[in-house]
Amino acid sequence: MGLPLMMERSSNNNNNNNNVVELSRVAVSDTHGEDSPYFAGWKAYDENPYDESHNPSGVIQMGLAENQVSFDLLETYLEKKNPEGSMWGSKGAPGFRENALFQDYHGLKTFRQAMASFMEQIRGGKARFDPDRIVLTAGATAANELLTFILADPNDALLVPTPYYPGFDRDLRWRTGVKIVPIHCDSSNHFQITPEALESAYQTARDANIRVRGVLITNPSNPLGATVQKKVLEDLLDFCVRKNIHLVSDEIYSGSVFHASEFTSVAEIVESIDDVSVKERVHIVYSLSKDLGLPGFRVGTIYSYNDNVVRTARRMSSFTLVSSQTQHMLASMLSDEEFTEKYIRINRERLRRRYEIIVEGLKKAGIECLKGNAGLFCWMNLGFLLEKKTKDGELQLWDVILKELKLNISPGSSCHCSEVGWFRVCFANMSENTLEIALKRIHKFMDRRRRF
Amino acid sequence: MSQGANQLLSKLASSDKHGEASPYFDGWKAYDNNPYHPIHNPHGVIQMGLAENQLCSDLIKEWIRKNPQASICTAQGIDSFSDIAVFQDYHGLKQFRQAIAAFMERARGGRVSFEAERVVMSGGATGANETLMFCLADPGDAFLVPTPYYAAFDRDLRWRTGIRIISVECNSSNNFQVTKQALESTYLKAQETGIKIKGLIIANPSNPLGTSLDRENLESLVSFINDKQIHLVCDEIYAATVFAEPKFISVAEIIQEMVHVNRDLIHIVYSLSKDMGLPGFRVGVVYSYNDAVVSCARKMSSFGLVSSQTQSFVAAMLSDQRFVDNFLVEVSKRVAKRHHMFTEGLEEMGISCLRSNAGLYVLMDLRQMLKAQTFESEIALWRVIINKVKINISPGSSFHCSEPGWFRVCFANMDEDTLQIGLERIKDFVLGDKASKNENYNCICNNKRENKKRKSFQKNLKLSFSSMMYDEHVRSPNLMSPHSPLLRA
Repeated sequence: MGLPLMMERSSNNNNNNNNVVELSRVAVSDTHGEDSPYFAGWKAYDENPYDESHNPSGVIQMGLAENQVSFDLLETYLEKKNPEGSMWGSKGAPGFRENALFQDYHGLKTFRQAMASFMEQIRGGKARFDPDRIVLTAGATAANELLTFILADPNDALLVPTPYYPGFDRDLRWRTGVKIVPIHCDSSNHFQITPEALESAYQTARDANIRVRGVLITNPSNPLGATVQKKVLEDLLDFCVRKNIHLVSDEIYSGSVFHASEFTSVAEIVESIDDVSVKERVHIVYSLSKDLGLPGFRVGTIYSYNDNVVRTARRMSSFTLVSSQTQHMLASMLSDEEFTEKYIRINRERLRRRYEIIVEGLKKAGIECLKGNAGLFCWMNLGFLLEKKTKDGELQLWDVILKELKLNISPGSSCHCSEVGWFRVCFANMSENTLEIALKRIHKFMDRRRRF
Repeated sequence: MSQGANQLLSKLASSDKHGEASPYFDGWKAYDNNPYHPIHNPHGVIQMGLAENQLCSDLIKEWIRKNPQASICTAQGIDSFSDIAVFQDYHGLKQFRQAIAAFMERARGGRVSFEAERVVMSGGATGANETLMFCLADPGDAFLVPTPYYAAFDRDLRWRTGIRIISVECNSSNNFQVTKQALESTYLKAQETGIKIKGLIIANPSNPLGTSLDRENLESLVSFINDKQIHLVCDEIYAATVFAEPKFISVAEIIQEMVHVNRDLIHIVYSLSKDMGLPGFRVGVVYSYNDAVVSCARKMSSFGLVSSQTQSFVAAMLSDQRFVDNFLVEVSKRVAKRHHMFTEGLEEMGISCLRSNAGLYVLMDLRQMLKAQTFESEIALWRVIINKVKINISPGSSFHCSEPGWFRVCFANMDEDTLQIGLERIKDFVLGDKASKNENYNCICNNKRENKKRKSFQKNLKLSFSSMMYDEHVRSPNLMSPHSPLLRA
């Protein structure tokens, strides 16, 4: 795990000249992670995308964790309220020019307030968020990288529980030079993080002379589609205090928990603590890409209980500010509490329904999933179908599913899962019809397999 | 703040390479604490330290009113909402890339062509410059930068990348042009100390000089980097603000002609923040002739993509050729008007500026007002200008200028009336200073217009500057942080 310190330079193939000019080590490394099967499946999809009418036998994209189930709610709101058009030019409201000029890295105050209020609503008011601690970045991608730059030096490590979001390999490591040391989790306890696994990961790093700077979790988890239990969060924070390291909680799917009561944010735990030296090591990442289904708008945020981190992150956000046009549009939408309450509630319901459809459908085909309660995907167990219980075996099966069933799903190995045979299947980025068709293809496949 | 958690941050986070201790930002603080307003705060600080373009927003507003379909939030545009909202492909919207390429071409008079496939997004030019450094250099490597240069390069090029900046000194004897000798000798010296130079970065048109390179100079720079086989990054963010000869020549034009140059070394940074006055929208562009750099920068753009809402809007606006052509003509015209108004006003009081043909500012020559030709004197004078004259301008030292006494003054980020008031204040300061040897600031508050040209000011400036003004501000509470890079200059 982790990037070798010295990388061989690959040669540039340019036609133009005698001397091949060098790029940086960062540029020629493959830590951008795009060679992973996680992305290879996307390519297959791009080349042959499913379309209900025009290409019904094309590849169905189930490898992309997008939320498209609640767009109608947003569109209706915008049509009625027209925040952008009405705000620009109306009396007393900031006009176009002011907005177009606004590049203050503090971010629009109204927008930060709206974000804080939205984050509170998602947590059912169980935690308070101070708008002045909100730092805006262009997406959670930038937020995670930025925090890593701030919390760790090159060659230090962050501990990350497996399986984890494949993008972390790039976001946490590529330009920062920081390593990821995995906290191994397995199905024996539903992939929950155990104190033993934590200690073991920490020790592994120490044995390799690597300095651990923090633990980074995703809660609810991607790819598991499950929330982290409160007890586990408390243990984690305890662990971080004992080792004097940071705790980063990426809560990008917090609004996608099917039943609000089942989600405990690390913010709730921090609120009950007075000791500043404990609070100051906790940082939360959030974004509107999943809960609101607006990944194109690049709205990410870092929320830190550490003043120094807030200040530094704010300065660093200069490289990745959120478009003021977008801040302006979303500020009014997110501060409309009537709208957001309705949205959050309906979105949860629709996601839960999708989840039930797919889990039921898979069950009927003889396939079990991890019991999930959040997110835009389910964690499917196909271990019993593997000819070889190895990573290669898993990739072979994945290839079959891609080529024969024309379903792009994500193999657990691309998420660094230590157990083979698990696959992440997204269900919120398509219509219900398409989901049914995907399930039909799976049924057919399973039927065929049973006959042999 | 507890001790334990404080030691927990990275070296990068604890360093001051974010550059905010520079006086460049102290003046902003003074403005933030006491901002000028014509009615509510007429004695407040006028912001002339911010290179913003507010001259053409009316044209853009008019276009927006006429084109409601360009917004995804209007009734006319809402049908595009969901497609745009989910679009996070780091290639960017095709129509966006095409529109940006077309805009860049038109801003260069159609003398060059740009390929949409080479347009890579970034978080403003700030993000673009940093991304290129990540692609082209390793920590510890260096880039040559001619002085004076944009203050935030210190942060943008160095902070997270770990690369070094090696200044190539320029001076007023030839209007701060970069000479071949300066480049060669700086390069040689760096090599001798074992520093690996990866490239040269220039802003053309220059900030803070406000000048654009003529053909000969640009060719010379390209020859230099090609000879050494090092990279050339041209930040052309002020391209459309050129209003007089030499007409803007992009490095893109030069390499069209110099066919033997290794194109893999050539990279352009662009943005809509200055030419169009849209800094809030964070539209930065990396345009490289090196395929590997395009590919790498594109991957890195994940960390700073342009909001798809903004891409969509910009694509619509910049595809409107008639609008673009008219806009480009107007930018140039309006910048010229402000430039003339300001420089002529300064001439009348005997203050000259570096002759410039571009940019949203001028470099004002106040060398003769310095008590001594030192940077301490420059800062002392600057503090007087902030505190007593109440204008925020930027001292040359914050741009690493090798000569004290130069100040960058912005003129495009306010309306004409405010600019006039700024001129009045400078005039009163200069005249009032001449009129009384004793410290007497009543005349600074006196806004009487004086129409007579007083050429005799020029030679009297040095003698008449009250030494008391200096001393008071040298002793007064320090606006600068004690660790300001200036102290090391």
